[in-house]
Amino acid sequence: MAEKPEDLNLPNAVITRIIKEALPDGVNVSKEARRAISQAASVFVLYATSCANNFALKAKRKTLNAADVLAAMEEMEFERFLEPLRAALEVYKKGQKGKKEVSEQKRKEKEKKADCEHEKSKEDEEGEDEEEQRMEEEAEEGEDEVEN
Amino acid sequence: MSQNRPEKDDPALDAKKTISLPISRVRLIMKSSPDVSSINQDALFLTTKATELFVQHLALSSFNNGCGKESNSLSYSDLAKTAEETETFHFLTDILPKKILARDYLKSLEQMQEEDADL
Repeated sequence: MAEKPEDLNLPNAVITRIIKEALPDGVNVSKEARRAISQAASVFVLYATSCANNFALKAKRKTLNAADVLAAMEEMEFERFLEPLRAALEVYKKGQKGKKEVSEQKRKEKEKKADCEHEKSKEDEEGEDEEEQRMEEEAEEGEDEVEN
Repeated sequence: MSQNRPEKDDPALDAKKTISLPISRVRLIMKSSPDVSSINQDALFLTTKATELFVQHLALSSFNNGCGKESNSLSYSDLAKTAEETETFHFLTDILPKKILARDYLKSLEQMQEEDADL
């Protein structure tokens, strides 16, 4: 699978929308300008990645994390981005947690359905199972907090 | 800052609204950078969001700073001008070079040759 150079560009439609939303209504943006901004955005990603990577390497880590990216923004003199980035990250993390809870719930519901069929014989054990599940969840949440 | 979150609020939906750029594409670009081994999910999200903020910032700064404001337009030269004049956008000067007319370029070439001849 060869990597085409075009694949390192960001989708034009989305870039155009972001530009339009940033500028006052009715401003005409030339095709050339749009293309240039898209390329600039790709260069920005590379520059930010390289900068963030330096912070990770300094801390002897191989994985780029959120702190590295924020530090890179400051290094690149884009402090104005720090507050909105932190706020967006909060929402994102809550969303991720929500997704996890939703899929956990779905899993539990599936298990309950399966259990219903064996309910008559396993009535006593069910209580223990629920307690185990709760303890597992708490343990998982604890792990998440450590990672973040 | 108080947040009223009714129980029916789906945080997953809210999170989706925060970015428009595809994370997968941003990840591709990041991975093309040498020496990068792996990227944490939060870092990936932040980079994507930062890129969106950057696009907004570049577009607006160039519009305010450039000549297009009178004609209510944003052109390539506005971007090139901003890249050269604003320090935070200096890293873009290679990919957003200012354009000059061929005849002006040839003129400056001639001048340089004359100066060399004098030496």
